Amino acid sequence: MTANAHDTMAPSQVARLAAVKPRQPRLLAFFALLRRSPVGTLGFIIVILVVFLALFGAWVAPHDAQANNLRARYMPPGFVSETGVFTLGTDQLGRDVFSRIIVGSSVSVLVGVVSVIIAGTIGVLVGLVSGFFGGWIDNVLMRIADGLLSIPFIVLVVAISGVLSAGLGTLILILGLTGWVTYARVIRGEVLKAREMEYIVAAYAIGQSRFHIIFQHILPNVISSAIILAASQVGVAILAESSLSFLGLGVKPPTVTWGLMLADGRQVINSAWWMTTFPGIAITITVLGVTFLGDWLRDVLDPNVRGRN
Amino acid sequence: MRGLIVRRLFHMVITLFFVSLVVFFMVRLRGDPISVMAPPTFSEEQIANLRAAWGFDRPLVEQYVLFITRAVTGDFGQSIQARRPAMELVLERLGNTWLLASAAALLGVVIALPLGIVSAVRRNSLLDLVSSAFASLGNAMPNFWLGLMLIIIFSVNLRILPAFGALEPAAIIMPAVTLAVGTAARLSRMTRSAILEVLNQDYIRTAYSKGVSQRVVLYQHALRNALIPIVTVFGLQLGWLLGGSVIVESVFSWPGLGRLMIESINVRDITVVQAGLLWFSLSFLLINFVIDLLYVYLDPRIHYR
Repeated sequence: MTANAHDTMAPSQVARLAAVKPRQPRLLAFFALLRRSPVGTLGFIIVILVVFLALFGAWVAPHDAQANNLRARYMPPGFVSETGVFTLGTDQLGRDVFSRIIVGSSVSVLVGVVSVIIAGTIGVLVGLVSGFFGGWIDNVLMRIADGLLSIPFIVLVVAISGVLSAGLGTLILILGLTGWVTYARVIRGEVLKAREMEYIVAAYAIGQSRFHIIFQHILPNVISSAIILAASQVGVAILAESSLSFLGLGVKPPTVTWGLMLADGRQVINSAWWMTTFPGIAITITVLGVTFLGDWLRDVLDPNVRGRN
Repeated sequence: MRGLIVRRLFHMVITLFFVSLVVFFMVRLRGDPISVMAPPTFSEEQIANLRAAWGFDRPLVEQYVLFITRAVTGDFGQSIQARRPAMELVLERLGNTWLLASAAALLGVVIALPLGIVSAVRRNSLLDLVSSAFASLGNAMPNFWLGLMLIIIFSVNLRILPAFGALEPAAIIMPAVTLAVGTAARLSRMTRSAILEVLNQDYIRTAYSKGVSQRVVLYQHALRNALIPIVTVFGLQLGWLLGGSVIVESVFSWPGLGRLMIESINVRDITVVQAGLLWFSLSFLLINFVIDLLYVYLDPRIHYR
């Protein structure tokens, strides 16, 4: 057996994390690994912060994100009124931009996480079936994948959500149902490799069912690719949601989202620059954090990439 | 080579067929657009008549067969809103989208190649660090937001560039830059790692050891061999640029296919949406086709079977 084959047979990836320092609890091992990468740590901190705000934003925010104050419309950053400081200014209804950014994080997190889980689950299943069984079913699934891939992702999503006049739930579903293709492609490739391994032949030889082989032997060996991909797709989903909401084809008011805030800001781009500037910075920092964490995860989970670059 | 071209073209037709299926049924997910079109004063009978006139009352399969047989001849039906052939509307705008995407692609390459090469050669230098930061930021920024920021800086404050439209040549600058940043970000990183990989090869060392200058080694030996992955990413980026145009065109009111799509979606003009999606897809497939042919040209060892 080649060294490469041995590599794929190594214990599951979680165990590999733990194997860095034997006997150390997994969580500690995770942090020990994380500490070695400043960029990974930064990403982790950003992600934790955003998730925290998404969960508890309404309590943390200095103002009520929905509270109108028509006497304090379009006030620039640093505006002080009897109700307190408006650090990042106010919008067209006198609402606090800073509080709205904090509260708006929950939509981004929800969309990013749930749509990626949906897309990942479908994609992994399709990839497993396609790669394992091959034949006509593989052909049909991959042609559908080709078809979906040949329309630029954002165009596809724009068209569907426009036609369905989507709300938050539909939007998440659309992102999930269109996003599976990339996973399917990657997993299929991995399965094709894994299928030829001797341990699979061995599993057949001892009479294990195909179902058992797919989920017990192949899945654990290909799942790390899906996790790596998922980490990068969270950012893509967050950007897609903000684009759609910005175009008026995604989440509808009064839900607070960064994309909608940008759409509001665009109307008064000549005067109220803060309404456009700060929500965009929030999106950028969030996606940056997710990407950093994802890159680090890739380096840790995929020993083939480790050390490159 | 001819065999390859024929096979790829055949593949493209099959894929387009699947796209047409997906697109056709997708735009009908919520029924036909008659309900939106018809004035509220219309009676049930009038609505039924309208539906029959547009052919929306026939079985879906029949509608699809009709759609695909006509589409093959270039007839995508009448735009429900503009009362003109959907194909005409699409072709009017397609050129503008290609113009914008090419300008952005060119700009992206001009930024990315030198940046990637220098970062590879001076690995871990300050410049490498800066270009890496640029790439991360360029990737994470929503491009429409970057567009809005450019408008604030160059149109609102400095007043040197037009914020929208396509009436003067300078109007293309901001949308093209907006689109190019993401491309440059991804392409520069790819160039860097492709060059790094090649620089480790034996033939590079040999070239150096026989006294070839660094310049020649880089451009004659390294870059040429690093081109395949760079071209691959570039092709993907072209597709991405086409997609990005949907949003960026809306930000800058650029009269392209992307903006036509948004306009048509808003009034549920599904014939135009259908035609637009298929043309996006055709553009994308053509790009991939050309990239595939480029591989053979770039690396004579590649043979497609």
